[in-house]
Amino acid sequence: MARYIGKRLIYMVITLALIATFTFFLMKILPGSPIASADKLSPEQRAVVEEAYGLNDPLPIQYFNYMFGLVQGDLGISINQFKGAPVTDLILSRMGPSAQIGFQGMLIGTVIGILLGMIAALRQNTWVDYSSTLVAIIGISIPSFVFASLLQYWFGLKLEWFPVALWKDGFMSSVLPSIALAMFPLATAARFIRTEMIEVLGSDYITLAKAKGASGSEIAFKHAFRNALIPLITVLGPMTVGILTGSLVVEQIFAIPGIGEQFVKSIMVNDFAIIMGTTIFFSVFLIVVILIVDILYGIIDPRIRLSGGKSS
Amino acid sequence: MKNSKLFWLLGLVLVLSAFLAACGGGGETTTEPSETDGNTEKTDEKASGDLDSVQELNLMETAEIPTMDSALAEDAVAFNIMNNVNEGLYRLNQENIAEPAMAESEPEISEDGLTYTFKLRDANWSDGTPVTAQDFVFSWQRAVDPATGSPYGPYMMAGTIKNAAAIAEGKMDKAELGVEAKDEKTLVVTLERPVPYFMSLMAFGTFLPQKEAFVTEKGKAYASNSDNLLYNGPFVLTNWDGTGLTWSMEKNPEYWDAETVKLDKVNVDVVKEAGTGLNLYDSGEKDRAGLSGEYAMQHADNPEAVRELEPTVFYLKFNQERNGEKTPLANENIRKAISLAYNKQDLVDVVLANGSLPADFLVPTEFSFDEEKKDFREVNGKMNEFNAEEAKKYWETGLKELGVTEVTLEMLGGDTELSKKMDEYLKSQLEGNLEGLTIELKAVPFAVRLELDEKQDYDIQNSGWGPDYQDPMTFLDLFVTGSAQNKMSYSNPEFDKLIEQAKGELALDPAARWEAMAKAEKILIEEDATISGIFQRSVMSLQKPYVHDIVVHPFGGDYSYKWAYISGKE
Repeated sequence: MARYIGKRLIYMVITLALIATFTFFLMKILPGSPIASADKLSPEQRAVVEEAYGLNDPLPIQYFNYMFGLVQGDLGISINQFKGAPVTDLILSRMGPSAQIGFQGMLIGTVIGILLGMIAALRQNTWVDYSSTLVAIIGISIPSFVFASLLQYWFGLKLEWFPVALWKDGFMSSVLPSIALAMFPLATAARFIRTEMIEVLGSDYITLAKAKGASGSEIAFKHAFRNALIPLITVLGPMTVGILTGSLVVEQIFAIPGIGEQFVKSIMVNDFAIIMGTTIFFSVFLIVVILIVDILYGIIDPRIRLSGGKSS
Repeated sequence: MKNSKLFWLLGLVLVLSAFLAACGGGGETTTEPSETDGNTEKTDEKASGDLDSVQELNLMETAEIPTMDSALAEDAVAFNIMNNVNEGLYRLNQENIAEPAMAESEPEISEDGLTYTFKLRDANWSDGTPVTAQDFVFSWQRAVDPATGSPYGPYMMAGTIKNAAAIAEGKMDKAELGVEAKDEKTLVVTLERPVPYFMSLMAFGTFLPQKEAFVTEKGKAYASNSDNLLYNGPFVLTNWDGTGLTWSMEKNPEYWDAETVKLDKVNVDVVKEAGTGLNLYDSGEKDRAGLSGEYAMQHADNPEAVRELEPTVFYLKFNQERNGEKTPLANENIRKAISLAYNKQDLVDVVLANGSLPADFLVPTEFSFDEEKKDFREVNGKMNEFNAEEAKKYWETGLKELGVTEVTLEMLGGDTELSKKMDEYLKSQLEGNLEGLTIELKAVPFAVRLELDEKQDYDIQNSGWGPDYQDPMTFLDLFVTGSAQNKMSYSNPEFDKLIEQAKGELALDPAARWEAMAKAEKILIEEDATISGIFQRSVMSLQKPYVHDIVVHPFGGDYSYKWAYISGKE
């Protein structure tokens, strides 16, 4: 296992370097200038600003400088959104709220989704199954911003159970956005677990287990659920990254100081350092989660070998 | 099977009803809306004058603060906060007239109008040290220094303050700037030319003072958060971490006119979603909420609605040369036809619906006044009003001159919902009224639009401009030959001459200067149809009736809270 993880870590560094390189050059072909007020700057002023940010260096030099800084943990400074603010500080300060609502959203979504999916599979073609399917379809087809608006209006404004918006009331501020974010993973988990469990429940070894007198809960949890988890984890891995790293619309609707909205805005205004910093940060997140998912495969089903060695 | 259908239907009805309920919030009131005349808002029907015991105002902004360094600031949010936490030589008062602030009284002006001597009042920074003339010298020199990279410093000073242009180009040392501290309380400013609107410039954020010792001591950390700043205005900024979505402004006990300031605290949160802002307003958490698009229409009759006419004008720029070749818009008749062929009144009534005005002009209404307080608009009136018949005649003449029967033009605009809606309206109007015209819409983000403008890579551009000082020149100057904003190959020596005269030899003759500027605007819009005014923007907000005397300004910082107070909330 240790050897496998070590090898994967080397691959991760290579992947990260490739992503940083690719993003750097893609970013440079973006139209528009990072100097937002270009219309008011004289050519001389523009040259000074470009010099200060190293924007007039030849591209290879800019690339080298950036990668050199990156190796030292320096993600650069914001050019126009927060003039001179270090991008590392910005990401660290914005990551907390995004991660909190993302984590809570994933937790609520997967736990309830798995339960719904299991119940639906065990009560196939009954009203319980249909209700669960309906919830799954609603969760997948209605965008999170609609849920966010509805939750805000009913549970924030009308019932006054939770804050309408703003990140000021600790855990209470995180409840509605987490629920809004939970809807998609909830629906996805419910669908996957239901489908997989129905398939597993119809298989020969389950019939055998029944014949041997295994109880209903034993069949459901020990056999069916465990087998149904593998495809679910495959899907939930990348989804976790998406949700933990911030949801643009949900953060915006609840006025949460998160990273998602900041990332989109940095692209719109060509704030190079923020684009690079957040992309690299998201990438690290994604490749770490992919590694965790791979490790989880082995834990859930020991027949899956991680190192690619011969199975015994 | 029957059961499953029933569930489907029930589910659908539930979702739809909840969604519609959420969308239809608010807007239940029906009485006449209150209006503003561009300065103090008329919402004081309950203004008994008895102040509530809690003097806290809760507001929202739509964006974060990019910087609080007055030399680097360039956006509305920063200028607005600076206007409330700092003070320059002058400040716009409740009537939007620039009045002495850090300056003790009106300056002594030399006969040639080139030297201004300001005496500073006894005023302190928030750390208790006195504000000195040297603080202005340091700040202005820093703003014009090319090494600072200030977007507004050279722009505001070049051609106005002596030697600013040469310093900005790196040809002269910043110590040569025409500003000098004769002693601790005497500041002498030397101009390149007489500037009739100089006092209004002194109320602009770029000209705020900075204390050298503090700026130097803080180094890169200067202005990076509320602790790394000094304040000499009515409030001090607190709880701002440099990148966050929340901050406050608290009454500054060191402010020289602290007695006038009634508010103890202004709490601000950044809320980017208009719907969220409205919900926070309805829940009572916020005292004021901006309305746009659909929300403005829904709340048009709300008694808490306030309308503010801004001096920002949107217009079509007609590019006469693209990629080294003349465009059809190089033809004067084609330009005139397009400028007459769309109904601006319908655009502001139906598409914008927020109180904006049709703009048959460039210099906005209720913005600049002559010595007898006569609006510049009254002098020049309206030009190129909508006239479909006249437009057709010009169009046919233009087509004949070009020897074509069809013309296709690309219209460049913003990528916001409102911009797209507006451009679609313009397309339908222009194509409907001018046979043979095809308009291709191109919607791009602002940064891209700036780049395309810079390269002159467009045919027609839907553009806008807000003033930097209170004078028609801030608009007219944009279109002289070679100006950074004149990226459409427009050049008219007569126009250039009038602007030059208004800036130079007529500077000390207000009546003749006013006339020259009026003539220049007529050439630009009526004779040459270089641009076509579309609308003058108005913004709509909801404001709680217990909020009084927030002052709205036409340029620089948008609002002053110095005179605001809460009465009738408790």
